[in-house]
Amino acid sequence: MKTPLDSIWGTIISGLVLTVILYVFTANFLH
Amino acid sequence: MELIVIRWLHILAGITWIGLLYYFNFVQAPGMAAAKADGTAGGISKHIAPRALLWFRWGAVATWVLGALYLFRAGNISFGDAFMLRGASATIGVGAWLGTVMFFNVWVIIWPNQKKVLGIVPTDDAAKARAARVAFLASRTNTMLSIPMVFFMVAGPHMGVLPKLF
Repeated sequence: MKTPLDSIWGTIISGLVLTVILYVFTANFLH
Repeated sequence: MELIVIRWLHILAGITWIGLLYYFNFVQAPGMAAAKADGTAGGISKHIAPRALLWFRWGAVATWVLGALYLFRAGNISFGDAFMLRGASATIGVGAWLGTVMFFNVWVIIWPNQKKVLGIVPTDDAAKARAARVAFLASRTNTMLSIPMVFFMVAGPHMGVLPKLF
């Protein structure tokens, strides 16, 4: 089964999206 | 003085680890497909990959240990608060958790499976193909995690408490 991680750009975009999600979580719920 | 030396060595070790992670993902894995097609992959598997993996996995150890040591010695943030995601340590703590998951991936998933792929641990072709797929996905997962990991590592000292976007 193919996943976004099979392509380099899919991996990079997934990392950027995860960064935004973790930023919002950290800024709103951890401080 | 002591803290800046630990931080400097932590970053040097991190460059070694993540630099080789990017080498595997952006250079070696796509290059291996081309090398297999013209019958030159054997040299990479025999001479390049084992050396790269040696520096990769021990770079991961050095990075994690030096990072932990920094958190234990630093005055404004702490190891416990970082991993409990508390207060001013929470930002770098998110980076520390991501780095810890990546460190686990290296030693528990990538390296044992790469040993099968490279023939260090003898196995049949079907198991080798499965190991290659698992190692590939774990390596790509680490590449994905490295993006927020580096953000939170640098945001901790530079931004402290993160401003809300909305």
